[in-house]
Amino acid sequence: MSVRAQRSRPLFGWRTMQSLKGASFTLPFLAGFALFVIVPVLMGVRESVYTTQSSGLGFGGQTVEFAGLRNFAKGLADGAFWTGMFRVLLYAIVVVPLTQALGLGLALVLDAARRRTAARFRIALLLPYMVPGIVAAMIWIYQYSPTVGPITGFFALFGLDVNFFTSSMVWVSMGNLAVWSALGFTMLILYGALQSVPHEIFEAARIDGASELRIAWSIKVPFVRGSLVLTSLLSIIGTLQLFDQPVLFRAVTPETITRDFTPAMMIYDQAFQVGNLNYATALSVILAVVVGIASAIIYRFMNKEES
Amino acid sequence: MSHATLEPATRQNPPARRRRRPVPETRSAAEARGSSRWVVLGVLVALSLYAVGPLWWLLVAATKNQRELYTTNGLWFAQLDLWANLSSLFTYQDGIFTRWLWNTVLYSGLGSLGLTLVALAAGYGIAKYRYRGRGLTMGLIIASFLIPGSLMIVPSFVLFVQLGLYDTIWAMILPGMFGSFSVYLAKVYAEGAVPTELMEAARIDGAGEYRIFFSMGLRLLTTAGATIFLLHFVASWNAFMWPLVFLKGVEKWPVMLGLYSWLQRGTDSTVDLTSLVLTGSLVSTIPMVVLMISMQRYWRSGVTLGSLK
Repeated sequence: MSVRAQRSRPLFGWRTMQSLKGASFTLPFLAGFALFVIVPVLMGVRESVYTTQSSGLGFGGQTVEFAGLRNFAKGLADGAFWTGMFRVLLYAIVVVPLTQALGLGLALVLDAARRRTAARFRIALLLPYMVPGIVAAMIWIYQYSPTVGPITGFFALFGLDVNFFTSSMVWVSMGNLAVWSALGFTMLILYGALQSVPHEIFEAARIDGASELRIAWSIKVPFVRGSLVLTSLLSIIGTLQLFDQPVLFRAVTPETITRDFTPAMMIYDQAFQVGNLNYATALSVILAVVVGIASAIIYRFMNKEES
Repeated sequence: MSHATLEPATRQNPPARRRRRPVPETRSAAEARGSSRWVVLGVLVALSLYAVGPLWWLLVAATKNQRELYTTNGLWFAQLDLWANLSSLFTYQDGIFTRWLWNTVLYSGLGSLGLTLVALAAGYGIAKYRYRGRGLTMGLIIASFLIPGSLMIVPSFVLFVQLGLYDTIWAMILPGMFGSFSVYLAKVYAEGAVPTELMEAARIDGAGEYRIFFSMGLRLLTTAGATIFLLHFVASWNAFMWPLVFLKGVEKWPVMLGLYSWLQRGTDSTVDLTSLVLTGSLVSTIPMVVLMISMQRYWRSGVTLGSLK
């Protein structure tokens, strides 16, 4: 009834009405997205071009003045910030390819196993992925601990005195944690991609006399390159913003992991310990730009190799 | 004995088993033969030990008392004191751990429910209707994938202080409800799962657009909804930096932040909180593992879709 009444004297045509209603399904999302994503981004940009100074030893009001690009200039020249940045870059350049290579190897091995065997091992290999990141970091911190963990004792059997929390070893310790957490997930994605390779190709290659290793390297790996690019990209972006794991390590070894150890930690420190929100947002913008450039470079580089 | 009783029981209902895990016993084309089969098996066993070992250690450590934790072999049980550990975990500081667990369930549950509804509606709208501004919405969604999370945290803090949301539970629940990746997932699912012909048929029967969504669309999108809910539930259960910045009050913390505070305090005071941290880690991990294993079907499809975007 009502539908017909609407049609007889339309304000809009029924088709327009329908697409307006369709568009209205996205309204709650768009409203929330505007408030919690777009507004903060704009506020961040505005915040970063001002400086706040409390006048007279913290008494009286604060004066906010326009600073132009001074915060950015300060950030670009900030030694501690860039030291942290190169730290995480170097770490990412080592850990991400290592995880990818191990994940790929594991996926190939799993692909070479009997299906039923593979299904059984897959769950075990995926368990670390299901463990919350904070718990994973805690477990490994305790593993490394000379009093509680078994690893130091294990090395001591060979007469080796290993301290996992020295400034050079802490990278290995955190890298191992990262590999442990991400290995199963990387394997899952790559194993999934391997399953979609058409099997006729293998048969053809085998008839031509290719060995299994040759098939893996020349057929399977190129097939999963798309997934490799994507998982590497995601983990590099994640690694550049490294925060949770070093913060947890800092709880046990504050002298090795300083408060500005990674860019994200320095931003947190500037914003919430020092209280300089203007400078912290400027650093956040710089970090975002670096992450963007890094993603663009990797994407370009890995896609070019493909073509 | 236990084998003898288990075997026939599992054999009696093979259809149920098969439905749960459809693993065909056909040989994979790449399957290794002969001696290389043992190499394959060896690698799998070694890496599985690497994956499971630390978790085994956690399980064992949670059953030990303070003294045995430091003196006995970490990889095997000593005296089983799990109950004592659990009761000291749940009674320490008037049961603050229970409070943290409940907070985590509340934040993750409400946030995921809200996100699922918002994302399903938006994804359905984008997938099933043609209107002006649709391309722009998709552009916004894709562009927002590129915004790094660490860019958002300080500006969001400034905004939340102004809105009066700082140090409230809404700071945990609201911002997560508008994740653009979930909308993208919902859109991809809706394109495949909601047939346009069915919508046309409902229209001819006189159903309005909203009615079609609530009584038909939502039902067809159950799988997408479960995936989105699960992925966000897990992510917010594991959240650390966000609550660290936005929640001041101890009684509002989620469990991960609480465990962190114990880890930190355990090293700089005379109270040894180590066994509380260990038992707490185990207790807060088990729900995630159970959830992820029982709902594998959902998160796997979401994860694979995410990797192909």
